[in-house]
Amino acid sequence: MSAANIPASHGGGAPAVNSSPGIPGLDVDPFAIEFFEDPFPTHEALREAGPVVHLDKWNVYAVARYAEVYAVLNDPLTFCSSRGVGLSDFAKEKPWRPQSIILEADPPAHTRNRAVLSKVLSPAVMKQLRDGFAAAAEAKVDALLVRGSFDAVADLAEAYPMSVFPDAMGLKQEGRDHLLPYAGLVFNAFGPPNELRQSAIERSAPHQAYVAEQCQRENLAPGGFGACIHDRADAGDITAAEAPLLVRSLLSAGIDTTVNGIGAAIYCLARFPEEFSRLRRDPSLARNAFEEAVRFESPVQTFFRTTTREVEIGGCRIGEGEKVLMFLGAANRDPRRWSDPDRYDITRKTSGHVGFGGGVHMCVGQLVARLEGEVMLAALARKVAGIEITGPIKRRYNNTLRGLESLPVTFTPA
Amino acid sequence: MPIITFIRPDSRAERIEAESGESAMLAATKHGLDGIVAECGGNAMCATCHVYVDDQWIGRLAAMGDEEDALLDGTASQRQPNSRLSCQIKITPELDGLVLRLPERQI
Repeated sequence: MSAANIPASHGGGAPAVNSSPGIPGLDVDPFAIEFFEDPFPTHEALREAGPVVHLDKWNVYAVARYAEVYAVLNDPLTFCSSRGVGLSDFAKEKPWRPQSIILEADPPAHTRNRAVLSKVLSPAVMKQLRDGFAAAAEAKVDALLVRGSFDAVADLAEAYPMSVFPDAMGLKQEGRDHLLPYAGLVFNAFGPPNELRQSAIERSAPHQAYVAEQCQRENLAPGGFGACIHDRADAGDITAAEAPLLVRSLLSAGIDTTVNGIGAAIYCLARFPEEFSRLRRDPSLARNAFEEAVRFESPVQTFFRTTTREVEIGGCRIGEGEKVLMFLGAANRDPRRWSDPDRYDITRKTSGHVGFGGGVHMCVGQLVARLEGEVMLAALARKVAGIEITGPIKRRYNNTLRGLESLPVTFTPA
Repeated sequence: MPIITFIRPDSRAERIEAESGESAMLAATKHGLDGIVAECGGNAMCATCHVYVDDQWIGRLAAMGDEEDALLDGTASQRQPNSRLSCQIKITPELDGLVLRLPERQI
């Protein structure tokens, strides 16, 4: 694949680029279909080209090594989010939807809003959800064993989160089929103005209308995450006008991410039967097997930041107001940080991976994701003897999310 | 370098050299200590680096923040008065000899 050829020259009629001396310019498009099919050679090329690279096609800087991704994630005042975490710079361009007050905000405003969601999705809350989520996972696996052969994306990776998360949110039954298209839209919209982004936004109106409506207090059942966010407005932590926007954050990022996380784990266990055998021998490894799948596949591949000042990183200078793309997936397989990074190892010490991001913006729903992933893999470990891929897999294309469209499998019962 | 002693639930002890400025969690995970999971990597978001601080030392640590306090309500093993998250214990030369006990479970 030509995208892996580096470094590219700046010639050939390309628009003028403002890459600083010492920062290699690469002719790589990480938002192209060919890249999505197999990003790993390009990830390696990006890491090897230097600590900071310039992507000439989109005129942005990028970091793909673990150390630099970690550094950017952990300096939110220099590498800000309030100018958007996609390619679009909110200082120059109107956001496609009202700006998020958590994802697209910086400290100190971010800190207050973040504390509200942390409270709503705390470890103590997860303890209360655990039994119900586990029972739903067992029931799902039992039903799939009866069918034997099915699509592990639609019937498992999508069906399971859809059976627990909307209820945990407190959403009404009707209209839930808007949730996955809305999330797909949100994650496509972080990308550049390519066909994926443009067509998603063109089709977005009904999904946006549904989500805006469900964020209102009267549409959220008492006791759910959504109602709990509105309760924080009563307590004075946030304003009544801010509560629906925080509910929107959970509806944006709470479902497609776990779909792709669980999908990644099933795909790993199907491809690496030796690891599935280890999991069956010791189902207590389920949680780490999920975590390792998040490192290995990195369902959320990329996020941008914008520099608020001239900054030196990895010995390279980047000016103020520049977009910097973080390759989370490449950092999660950086051999400088991980031994045998291309191996899926369910006993790996995964602490420190950036599949959930890192620093103050690290995924606020990570505990929900881990709970769903753990109980599903534990149910598989106890009930399923083998996972066999029985047909051609199909990849799903999204500017930010990595996952499959279709994964035909057969389960054999334990 | 300051030495931290981690004591497992079965009383086996492990002495780990920590660097000043890093967290007790990071010192433990860098040395591959089982019993500190640290799922969130030190961002005070997961409560899986729970430790019980030895009585002699509890008063010598910097006070905990509200965030840590709230997270400790969700630990897998019972919270005790001497419970802390090891990612929030910053190692200084004065903490040389710190003794931390590991809980039965982190998850």
